[in-house]
Amino acid sequence: MSAGPLSSRFDRRADVLVGGLIVLVGVLVPLLNLLTPVDSPLHLSTYTVTLVGKYLCYALLALAVDLVWGYCGILSLGHGAFFALGGYAMGMYLMRQIGDRGVYGNADLPDFMVFLNWDSLPWYWHGFEHFPFAMAMVLLVPGLLAFVFGWFAFRSRVTGVYLSIITQALTYALLLAFFRNEMGFGGNNGLTDFKDLLGFDLKADSTRCALFAASALALLGGYALCRTIVNSKLGRVVVAIRDAEDRARFIGYRVEHFKVWIFTLSAVLAGIAGALYVPQVGIINPGEFSPLNSIELVIWVAVGGRGTLYGAIIGALTVNFAKTLFTGALPELWLFVLGAMFVLVTLLLPRGIAGLLKRGEAA
Amino acid sequence: MKHTLLNARSLCAGLVAALVVSVTPVRAEDTIKVGVLHSLSGTMAISETTLKDTMLMLIDEQNKKGGLLGKKLEAVVVDPASNWPLFAEKARELLEKDKVAAVFGCWTSVSRKSVLPVFEELNGLLFYPVQYEGEESSKNVFYTGAAPNQQAIPAVDYLMNDLEVKRWVLAGTDYVYPRTTNKILEAYLKAKGVAAEDIMINYTPFGHADWQSIVADIKKFGSAGKKTAVVSTINGDANVPFYKELGNQGVSAADIPVVAFSVGEEELSGIDTKPLVGHLAAWNYFMSVDAPVNAEFIKSWKTFIKNDKRVTNDPMEAHYIGFNMWVKAVEAAGSTDSTAVQKAIIGVEAPNLSGGTSKMLANHHITKPVLIGEIQEDGQFETVWQTEGLVPGDAWSDFLPDSKIIEADWTDKLNCGNYNTVTKKCSGQNYE
Amino acid sequence: MMRLRRILPLLCMLLAMIADAAADLAEGLDKLKSSNFKHKAEAVTLVADSGDARGAQILQALLDGRLYIRRADQLVVIVADNAATTELLDAATGAALGTAAKSDLKKIAINNQMRLGLRASLARLSLGDPDPDARLAAVHALIAAPSEQTQVMLRDAQKTETDERVKRAMAVVAALADFDDESPAARLAAVETVRGSMLGEVRNRLATLVEENADGSPVEPDAAVRAAAGAAIRDIDAARARYEFIETLFFGLSLGFVLVLAATGLAITFGVMGVINMAHGELMMLGAYTVYVVQQLMPNHLEWSIAVAIPLAFIVAGLVGILIERGVVRFLYGRPLETLLATFGISLFLQQTVRSIFSPLNRAVATPEWMSGQVVISDALALTANRLYIIVFSVLVFAALLALLRFTPLGLQVRAVAQNRAMARAMGVRAGWIDAMTFGLGSGVAGLAGVALSQLTNVGPNLGQAYIIDSFMVVVFGGVGNLWGTLVAGLGLGIANKFLEPYSGAVLAKILVLVFIILFIQKRPRGLFPQRGRSAEA
Repeated sequence: MSAGPLSSRFDRRADVLVGGLIVLVGVLVPLLNLLTPVDSPLHLSTYTVTLVGKYLCYALLALAVDLVWGYCGILSLGHGAFFALGGYAMGMYLMRQIGDRGVYGNADLPDFMVFLNWDSLPWYWHGFEHFPFAMAMVLLVPGLLAFVFGWFAFRSRVTGVYLSIITQALTYALLLAFFRNEMGFGGNNGLTDFKDLLGFDLKADSTRCALFAASALALLGGYALCRTIVNSKLGRVVVAIRDAEDRARFIGYRVEHFKVWIFTLSAVLAGIAGALYVPQVGIINPGEFSPLNSIELVIWVAVGGRGTLYGAIIGALTVNFAKTLFTGALPELWLFVLGAMFVLVTLLLPRGIAGLLKRGEAA
Repeated sequence: MKHTLLNARSLCAGLVAALVVSVTPVRAEDTIKVGVLHSLSGTMAISETTLKDTMLMLIDEQNKKGGLLGKKLEAVVVDPASNWPLFAEKARELLEKDKVAAVFGCWTSVSRKSVLPVFEELNGLLFYPVQYEGEESSKNVFYTGAAPNQQAIPAVDYLMNDLEVKRWVLAGTDYVYPRTTNKILEAYLKAKGVAAEDIMINYTPFGHADWQSIVADIKKFGSAGKKTAVVSTINGDANVPFYKELGNQGVSAADIPVVAFSVGEEELSGIDTKPLVGHLAAWNYFMSVDAPVNAEFIKSWKTFIKNDKRVTNDPMEAHYIGFNMWVKAVEAAGSTDSTAVQKAIIGVEAPNLSGGTSKMLANHHITKPVLIGEIQEDGQFETVWQTEGLVPGDAWSDFLPDSKIIEADWTDKLNCGNYNTVTKKCSGQNYE
Repeated sequence: MMRLRRILPLLCMLLAMIADAAADLAEGLDKLKSSNFKHKAEAVTLVADSGDARGAQILQALLDGRLYIRRADQLVVIVADNAATTELLDAATGAALGTAAKSDLKKIAINNQMRLGLRASLARLSLGDPDPDARLAAVHALIAAPSEQTQVMLRDAQKTETDERVKRAMAVVAALADFDDESPAARLAAVETVRGSMLGEVRNRLATLVEENADGSPVEPDAAVRAAAGAAIRDIDAARARYEFIETLFFGLSLGFVLVLAATGLAITFGVMGVINMAHGELMMLGAYTVYVVQQLMPNHLEWSIAVAIPLAFIVAGLVGILIERGVVRFLYGRPLETLLATFGISLFLQQTVRSIFSPLNRAVATPEWMSGQVVISDALALTANRLYIIVFSVLVFAALLALLRFTPLGLQVRAVAQNRAMARAMGVRAGWIDAMTFGLGSGVAGLAGVALSQLTNVGPNLGQAYIIDSFMVVVFGGVGNLWGTLVAGLGLGIANKFLEPYSGAVLAKILVLVFIILFIQKRPRGLFPQRGRSAEA
């Protein structure tokens, strides 16, 4: 990443464009789904709504990764863990909302606990029946984990590949732990069969559209927050740390403090993305912790162009859209396409799609 | 500068436009669409790709016979890539966008659980071809694989009565199918008077590759002077290193037989079978079954796949039965409408590949024979035992206290998949 | 054969009731044609007890799956091997019948009970085998099937036995029968005889002596016998604990060496070159598939397949590695994190390629005869042969690699480029060529790891993914760029894993090891053996 004005005119214009697009999509998609008749050519199916809603969550996650990687130079290969933890917190709330409507009709225990013979709810499930508590956990659990992990890692000056690999170890350990049925999180099947959120039926189109709008809002909010941070003095220090960590330290900045805060904030954003993702896809399971998932989401950012924020969003949308398209159209070939895309982007577009757009501007 | 901004904008606009276009429902053509929802990449591709091919073959054959209701069948194949949330997305795509009449798919329990809400919401039809843990009966799912009472219980009966096994190792991968199956078996064994210290239960993670310690433990457990057997619910990929370790540590089938519920002809084709000879598997179908209908099926499969070495297996048979049942039900109902098919399919009979006739029951499970076979050197099974008649699939196990009071019946009698016979309530239904 | 002849009179004596051995044999063979396993089991007994000299050969053929029925005339025949056309022998007479196609024959299937019965029968027949190991195996097999008849045979055979080990085993097995003797003195003598034997059955039978009845009274009335049995059990348990420790250590070492082997290639590309090669796992996969292809090409020389596959796998994986380096990686030097992304793409590509060529199914890779089975150290301790070979193989590969890097001109240049690229170039080293060679070397070693893995686990498109994360952990734990660190880390993690496993279970053991690595890196942010130089600042 070359130095230069942190916020070029292009960036500012891209901000407006991206922000505007998010608002547009956030308003238009629900409206086209709810207000147009089903057979109208303008009608958007519920499938599209949940699909794009999922993309928006991914975009928020990519944004979180870009904040730590693109601006702070911390390549986390374990951000999927924070996403999944946020998702699990939401999933636990949704499980508790099922109440006695599960297949065994047990009001106290989720179905998977009934058939694994649990007598009572484990202590860490308590409180999740309350929405505010669950939401607090969505923020706290990933945030706290990131804080503790970051505190130790950055204070010990673990950097570069070492940091990347231990973030992998973190998410891998969590993957194995959540796979265990003894953990009380539903094992491999995870949490599923959700019924309603705050009393609204999750299957209703209106709830879906509301969740969609909430995702768009979260993405917009996250984007604005990240932009504010990277444009602030804090942001400048963070970029300085990325480009020359030792020099920033010698100047007198407590490098590890900045890193910990950016890392924690990024984890919280990832957690929010996970929490919004779960009710829209209807399942959360340990697969989300898979190290390969975390690598893949770094690749979204790389494809979009790191260190630009909007690049992360473009990357997440492009890769996932391609994935949806090719798994349907060319199921046998889609891994070739995906693999080739990663190779070509890193070789030919080192700054991703955003870099391409920017270069077009300079020309 | 102006035109690049335009570029950026048009790119984004193009992206959105492409999205909208790609998801706008295609107009119904003069075919009946059949969805095939099996992973073609990722960890489950190993098992599921074959089932995709089986479906293509069955659809192809049906079309050669003139199609269905005067229309041709058209397969819609998608790849959920062994990714469970993607299963839900693809299921929705098939039902909402492609408007398929029925979906044949899924392998793992979690993929089924993931798509279940989608099928119930959109009132689709899913034919699920794999043996599973039971404890489920959905209005929209037809379980053509074995329930625990069609695989696990008869296998244990065989070991207990014919091999006089007294000590039991229940080894499985740590997920819901082995957990539930082992719970049922444990309850069953205890009911038969097996002491707790004669049962060893062991769980390992997916893809477990280093079996040295566990096989050593099994050996130790089996050296207590009582006939010991291993009931294995170890999942796919972990089996090869498990059997290899058994062979290497000198545990032969004659000393400690292993009866597996997830190892079929296809898995064996990827293993050097020499050390496995004599170990057992319980299924509802073996490729070696001597029946004309089976010979014909094998022949057409080999022709279709253009490979004389390919094998057939139990989940393929399940798709064969399920597909034929669906065809008959559609013909009986005169339409592919889900509700009509759901009504028509109960009681429908279709030939299975072991020469009998399977029947769709009111609980959406089917009747199947249970066969126990010993692995032969050529990777085939030699049937050593089989049930007298067909065993009806039981959705809710009679050996678990919480589920024996639950009943499933989708005829007008109950019209419920989990009817609690004590509280007389129908619980947990996701449809109106 | 000498011995067989010697005990034949004995067999005949035992079976004096039976008039005509040949007639029994014929009846037995006839019964074998039945499709009912019960009838077949009876047939086995008939053949075994017929006293006919051909019994052993027939039963062995049956056990090996070489006993067939000729469809044309329903004659029971023994085939030489399981090839498509094969030599035939008349089972009853041993007369050669020429060759026949497999399709003209029907195999006589057996089940597990029959296998057990066959083994016991064969064991009785092979008590007179000239090979002491075969006799020992026969004695051990007889423990499982105690009967009056075997006792008499054992005692008689003991008298003429010359091999000490076999004699001892015979004495122990015979003594086990005396546990039920009326006289306490005989029981005591029997307990003393079996003392020190590590056979599983001995421990079980001794345990019955110290058990209590339901009313609390001891099963064994004699206190001296109880005390002796108790002491013998304590001996056995102490010895077992020692062997178990050795066994666990071996398990840990073998797991550790697999990790080392998988990680060594990565230690070169990642450590020496600073390239994070996510396609490393897929290069191992290519090595494993090479074994498969070699075995397909030479199905009749399986025992040589591994020897052929080792250099081939090195070349195949190495060439693919060089291709990756020249095609992609060389444009990305100095940007290690971007090599991660590009090679991840390559790994997807390679996986799908293999899936398209070989199908997504696992492929069967056979273990050559010389690599299977166990190396018996004692009655209580046997180490699996293939794991031993893999340990040896890993050590050789590792040593060769060290030697290559240390003592060859290529190694010197590799180290030079790794330490200071610009200076090395100034000295005339073709850095680009060295990069390609180094990457090829690392990839080739990955291919070798694949050969080893093909003997342990699935050969399928997902093989690489299963090992890539573990490999990275090993390299990072050991310290990037340090081969010795990789060795120590791999072995350490393997052994820790195996010693934790009995207490925590396999999953928790793995989680604990991961958590340990995370904590360890906090303490020593550069791994066990930190390195200075270019890659240290990656």
